[in-house]
Amino acid sequence: MLRPGHGDAVMLTIIFDGVAYGMLLFVLACGLSVTLGLMNFVNLAHGAFAMAGGYISVIMVNRLGVPFAGGLVLAFLLTAAIGAVLERTLYVHVYAKSHLDQVLFTIGLVFMSVAAVDYFMGSSQQFVQIPAALQGQFDVFGVGVGRYRLLIIVVCGLLTIALQFALTGTRFGSRLRAAVDDQRVARGLGINVGRVFAITFAVGSGLAGLGGALGAEILGLDPTFPLKYMIYFLIVVTVGGTTSITGPFLASILLGVADVAGKYYGGRDVNIGDVAIHIPDVSAFVIYTIMIVVLIWRPQGLFARGAAR
Amino acid sequence: MRRALQSETALETRTTRYLRARARFGPIEILFWVVAFSSIWLLPTRHLILTETVIWGLFALSLDLILGYAGIISLGHAAFFGVGAYAAGLLAKYELINEPTVALLASALAAAALGFATSFLVLRGSDLTRLMVTLGVSLVCFELANRYGDLTGGADGLQGVTIAPIFGLYRFDMFGHTGYIYCLVVLFILFVLARRIVNSPFGLSLKAIKGNPLRSAAVGIAVNGRLVAVYTLSAGYAGVAGALLAQTQAFASLSMLSLERSADVLLILIIGGTGYLYGGIVGALIYRLLQDYLSDLTARYWQFWIGLLLVAIVVIGRDRIGNWISPVARFAAQLGRRPAPTTTAGPEKGG
Repeated sequence: MLRPGHGDAVMLTIIFDGVAYGMLLFVLACGLSVTLGLMNFVNLAHGAFAMAGGYISVIMVNRLGVPFAGGLVLAFLLTAAIGAVLERTLYVHVYAKSHLDQVLFTIGLVFMSVAAVDYFMGSSQQFVQIPAALQGQFDVFGVGVGRYRLLIIVVCGLLTIALQFALTGTRFGSRLRAAVDDQRVARGLGINVGRVFAITFAVGSGLAGLGGALGAEILGLDPTFPLKYMIYFLIVVTVGGTTSITGPFLASILLGVADVAGKYYGGRDVNIGDVAIHIPDVSAFVIYTIMIVVLIWRPQGLFARGAAR
Repeated sequence: MRRALQSETALETRTTRYLRARARFGPIEILFWVVAFSSIWLLPTRHLILTETVIWGLFALSLDLILGYAGIISLGHAAFFGVGAYAAGLLAKYELINEPTVALLASALAAAALGFATSFLVLRGSDLTRLMVTLGVSLVCFELANRYGDLTGGADGLQGVTIAPIFGLYRFDMFGHTGYIYCLVVLFILFVLARRIVNSPFGLSLKAIKGNPLRSAAVGIAVNGRLVAVYTLSAGYAGVAGALLAQTQAFASLSMLSLERSADVLLILIIGGTGYLYGGIVGALIYRLLQDYLSDLTARYWQFWIGLLLVAIVVIGRDRIGNWISPVARFAAQLGRRPAPTTTAGPEKGG
């Protein structure tokens, strides 16, 4: 049994952190993937739901003294409710409009949410009080494992499995997949696409809210959240494709690991064996470039099977 | 045989007449520019704010060229604005080109070169792909400017820029009088040029592409070539707007490349209406007035009302708002006795 050397341990920690970050991104972005895939709707305001979830958990846990787990559940439920209400009152009017209108509409929502949160909660960064049991880290074979990040991986992993099951193993899931594949035929078969979509939208918003609450610690929670992470969500969805959830999932993990590794190794010399390799400080730059290349090379997404339509 | 020839020449004269009629300046347009130029003497205390408005107007005009005429949605137009601004700032700082007007041209060329290089990325794909690609290009530019802080000044912005007098005669004064006249003249020249271009057969072919790319290709329009051309032109225009801002403020910063700027310019254009060139300028004026009024009302939170306005515009429907404006446009058309100009904000179909 070899004990990993110091460099390896650091790398494993980075991979661990990256996976946690990536899973978080997946939970945040999977709702957007459905919105885009099902209704062909460009929802730039998806991050606003995540932010709402984050602030709900801050209010619940810090001010009202709700336990942390309860705060997460409330973040999910309340954000889902907000999503459902907005979907029925505002979004329905915009589905049939052009992409330009959708972009304007959702950017408008982002502006409103940013200003409203600034007004009610102030512009400073907020932190959710995490129970002591979840703080700190422990060693597994010399690899530092953060407890909170482990929690994120477990929760998000379970959610991913549940989502995958809901999508492939339930009646609702097959309706949803049918509607994504071909909306008109699905309608013809008597599937109420509007209702399927409303439910999916609410669940997707709720998941974003849950992700926002879980990720407040790692991503940072302030009123500019929707603008700051909008591009990350879009990358996950466009690189991963919208036809399955495995695509966005793999894209999220890749993005998470690449981002964490880029931030850590950027501008340093790394020893691999006996060879020192200098890695330039380029993380964000490389991520955006890769995104552009993937979009040009495979507009349907990197992991998508052939175009459904 | 002769008959066919005759009808052909008849068609030709009819077409020329139609194009000439489109290109003629109407009375309302003339009035617009007279009012704009009279502000030089009538509003001397507001020149700094007006300069900003003119620059936003030119920037929005550049976006109108690709959005209103070619139907390309861009969420990264600030890339070209910022490149123009940094180019002008660097040229002046290192005294490479001292004459502001020549530096302006050079900055426009720099931005247009970037536009040409990236135009091939927006030829293909859906609206969403274009949105992401333009956004990605602007983010890459932002990151580059941020990274190479030695050259660009990074987060502190490009400082220590001194702009030489225009033609060696007109110094940029602190009240912004020279700057305003300079920007207004540049805007007017570029506007006339843009107007000439969009009313030419080239401009009409762009509208055809916007309406339906496939059919345009079928009637023999070189779709890709036209899109590359207009995208490059639009990038050059945006570069001029950025260079004007850098020259009048003697400063360039990362915010000139930011996503917020791209979103703001889209918003300005939408407020003013797309596809009739004046939209950008009108939108910049309304935006500026709104910003002043709303900032007085709620200081930091004026963004909320801007967002609400956007949501309202979309939910009510831009075509319906266009229908309220069209009687005015028809009236203008009657005055000028020319074919009705395209109204604001036609339905944004296609793509």
